[in-house]
Amino acid sequence: MITKLAKVAVFLAILGGLVFWWITRPQTLDPIELSAVAAGDPVKGEAVFWQAGCAACHAAPGSKDAERLKLVGGLVLKSPFGDFHAPNISMDTKDGIGSWDFPAFANAVLRGVSPKGEHYYPAFPYASYARMKPSDVADLYAFMKTLPAVAGVQPGHELPFPFNIRRSLGGWKFLFFKPNPVIEIANASEQVKRGQYLVEGPGHCGECHTPRNLVGGPKLGQWLAGAQNPEGKGVIPNITGGEGGVGEWQESELASLLKDGFTPDFDSVGGSMTAVIANWSHVSEEDRAAVAAYLKAIPAHPNGYPAQTTTK
Amino acid sequence: MKKLILAFALAALSATASLADPIADRQAIMKAVGKAVGSVVPIAKGEAPFDAAAVAAAFATINENVQKMDVAALFPAGSETGDTTASPKIWEDMAGFQAAVDKYKADVAAAVAANSADLPTFQAQFGAVTKNCGACHEVYRIKKG
Repeated sequence: MITKLAKVAVFLAILGGLVFWWITRPQTLDPIELSAVAAGDPVKGEAVFWQAGCAACHAAPGSKDAERLKLVGGLVLKSPFGDFHAPNISMDTKDGIGSWDFPAFANAVLRGVSPKGEHYYPAFPYASYARMKPSDVADLYAFMKTLPAVAGVQPGHELPFPFNIRRSLGGWKFLFFKPNPVIEIANASEQVKRGQYLVEGPGHCGECHTPRNLVGGPKLGQWLAGAQNPEGKGVIPNITGGEGGVGEWQESELASLLKDGFTPDFDSVGGSMTAVIANWSHVSEEDRAAVAAYLKAIPAHPNGYPAQTTTK
Repeated sequence: MKKLILAFALAALSATASLADPIADRQAIMKAVGKAVGSVVPIAKGEAPFDAAAVAAAFATINENVQKMDVAALFPAGSETGDTTASPKIWEDMAGFQAAVDKYKADVAAAVAANSADLPTFQAQFGAVTKNCGACHEVYRIKKG
């Protein structure tokens, strides 16, 4: 009887291990589908580059203007799970991604899987980028090929156990990696659809503006409702029409904030949003308007963060 | 005599009270600057016709307020808590913050001196001045919702 039980236990343990191994395996894109993607256009790719905000994390901190095209990395992204160091993604063949072919690039951006077949941490917002059109990723790849090679290796991430085990990210992806659209908007106009693509995909707005649960998964029921700043102090604003959000803003005011950083009462946005403005000021007028139209069309939520104590 | 002392004490107290609210003072400066900036944004965007008097007045208001920014008086130790969106980074990096304020003062003074007589001059000056907003808020301001 006991041996029988032991056998069952061993069988279940092996089965559990196999299930874990299966669930957490890094999953890449279909090579046949990838080979069908046409070669990208670097001019269109520049627009994608600014929409996706690559420079915000991968340019050296404090870079201005043309310096922001040198993607040597170096920004430290603090989070409740540890400190992430943005790596070098310049065209340097040794320190950057200069030796990557398009499938390697597409698997990184769209699936969060490295050329070595390991999971990336979702601090790299592939959970949003996964919603990008492969043709946009091809254009982005073509543009990034035109950027300079910059030597320099950034330090590795500083993460405590168990977050330092990359394989476990397969479990995170199993729970939270959902490349389908976040919300359904009935009778969406072409403009709103474009805005949805930009916000939920390349723009990756939800990565900061949507609150997260204890294991870092986005609470999609509070999509864009604002969140506690993961870096510690303060909050990321609610950008839905709910209480505390942007319900009273004109659509044109939302669009113009993305260009010049001014709120309707001429405060200027700060923190990480400054880098977002530096990117989105390069994006087309139509695309900024599309984002504004989408933000006006999504469900309104009250603030996704607890009321802030004014004295502490 | 006692009444007199009391009156003096009260007067002194209210005087300190009005001096010792740096949070309210610095917020008043920011509000006034925001309002002045907002008054000429339509001109900068080309949505309103260029108006030399309006832009001169706006720069004068911005300058008057920005030159009032005495970092030591407005951001004393202890004023990082309370109803403020000032980031603790100000107190961690006082020299960097002072340098940012000094640059802002210089840029605003230059804009006043330029005395813009046409739209391109104004847009260049306005751009140089308002670049300071985001640059400073990026590091030294937090959002509290």
